[in-house]
Parts: sequence; structure tokens; C-alpha cells
Amino acid sequence: MNARAFLIRGLLAGLVAGLATFFVAHQVGEPHVEAAIALEDGGEHTHSHDGAHSHDDGVQISRDTQRTWGLLTGSLAVGVALGGIVALVSASLVGRIGRLLPGQTVALVSLLGFVSVALVPFLKYPATPPGVGSGDTIGDRTALYFGFLAVSVLAAAVTTYAAVRLRDRIGTYGGTVAAVAGYVVVMVVAGHLFGTVNEVRDFPADLLWYFRRASLITLATTWGVLGVVLTGLVSRLFRQQTAEIERRALAASL
Amino acid sequence: MSQSTTAPATTAVEVPTIPLGELAPWALFFGLLGALVLFFISADQGAVSLPAGTAIHEWVHDGRHLLGYPCH
Repeated sequence: MNARAFLIRGLLAGLVAGLATFFVAHQVGEPHVEAAIALEDGGEHTHSHDGAHSHDDGVQISRDTQRTWGLLTGSLAVGVALGGIVALVSASLVGRIGRLLPGQTVALVSLLGFVSVALVPFLKYPATPPGVGSGDTIGDRTALYFGFLAVSVLAAAVTTYAAVRLRDRIGTYGGTVAAVAGYVVVMVVAGHLFGTVNEVRDFPADLLWYFRRASLITLATTWGVLGVVLTGLVSRLFRQQTAEIERRALAASL
Repeated sequence: MSQSTTAPATTAVEVPTIPLGELAPWALFFGLLGALVLFFISADQGAVSLPAGTAIHEWVHDGRHLLGYPCH
């Protein structure tokens, strides 16, 4: 068990998660992206949502490329990056969270990652299909989104640390409940303090919901596959090392 | 973990920890690398632009929408 062993498995699990993300996003999400674009400008989408706009000076990527190679690039990059980060965070926490085994630690980190990085930010600033969202507010919306994401991740890290410390004093149940409650309170307050973004206007409610549901399924796929694969790989590594240690101990005792 | 162990089943399995000092350089380097990758996918161009233009933005356009990052 060392940083390298974790990182290699994290990158591998991230690769698998990225491929699964692409497959799900392509099958579940793309029909709604296409529908939104068709609605937006009657077919041809060049990403200049209001006709001749600043984007026209750049390179034009065809829709066919965007929804295949482009989507694959994004999915793999995000999957591998998250895989590496989750693996290193897990590596730093193994043996330090109560009596959790390495695989259980990875599973917990993946779950907390999904909730704090994907789910909670999504509840405040849900994904928007092409055609929703003004080019003039993209700077503000990006700042709000990443600000809220930072608060969520920080709150999750602090409350997890608090749970581990509280466990010694009031037990696992009490520590966990207190930490989860603390995270919820912080995020509810932050949710009220952060500005609301509503640029939906007359975009069809059903298509908006289909797109957002597909987006959430895509995010759940990334984190779910990453968590499941990495948990499996790390558990196997730990089992092999434990068996090796026992074998040596047995050999030494003979 | 092992089925044939002679130790009582209630004994907690020894879980190794990795020294934080050993992890720090890996965490710093790959944390930065991961943040950079996520930045290029999620926020570069349109919101902030490192290389001028929109080629990266356009290339990962669908992924950005479907992964929930702000886009327009």
C-alpha cells in the first residue's frame, strides 16, 4: 500500500469511469442535447446561440464531432482526473478513518465525492442544455458554480474530519449524524446566500427536465463506476498484501 | 480477511497507513494536474480563456453541458 499503487489503480478506474460516462452521456444525454439545439436554431448548431456572435471567429467543430470525439475527450479527461484525485485522497485517509478497511475508505471517499462535488452543486446550479444560459452571464455563472462547489467540498472535508474526531468521544453513530447534519446546515445556508440563476425563460419544461435528468445520470455514472472499480481494485490489493504477510508469518513460525 | 486464520474473528484487521510525507509530492503534483484538466474541460474559453479562441470549448462542448458545468 503506497501512493503509487493507489494512483495507478485510480487512473485505471478513472479510465473505465470515463468510458462509461461517454457511453451513458452519448446514449442518454445526446438526444436531449440535439433536441435543445434543434429548438434553439432550427437545426444547425455552431454554438453562436444568437446568430453572428463572438464565437464565429474561432474554430468551428461540427456537431458530429462534438457529440462523439469531443464528448469522449471530455469524459475521459474528467474521469481520469477524478480517478487520480479520488485515489490520492483515499490513500491519505486509509487507516485514519475509524476501523474502515482500505476498500471501505475508497467507497466512502467516492460517495462523499459524488455528494459534495456533483450532487449538491447540481441541486443549486443544475446543468443547462444548449440554448439556456446567456453568454453575457457565463462569467458570473461560472464564478457562482465554482464558489458553491468550493464551499461544498470544503464543508465535506471539515465535517468528515469532525466526524472522525467526534467518533472517539460520542461514538460512530453520534459522530456521523453530527457531521452529516453540520454539512447539511452549512450547505443550506450557503444555498440561501449564493445568488439564484434562472435564465430558462420559455424553454420547454419537459425537455429541460429530460436534459437535467440525463446530466445527473451521467454524473452518477462517472462517480458510481469510479467508486465501484477503485473499491474493487484497492480491496484486492489489500487482500493480496494481507495474504502475503500471513504467509510470511506462517513461514517464519515453522 | 483470510478464511484459514487462527486468530479470533473479532480481532480487527491491521490496516496500514501511508505516511503523509510520502503522499505530499504525489498529491501536490497530481492535484495540480487534475485541477488543470478539470479547468480546461469545465471553464476554459467562454468563461475564462487561456489560449485565445474557442477551439477547446467547442471540442468538449457536449461534455461540458452534460457534466453540469456552466455553459451557454
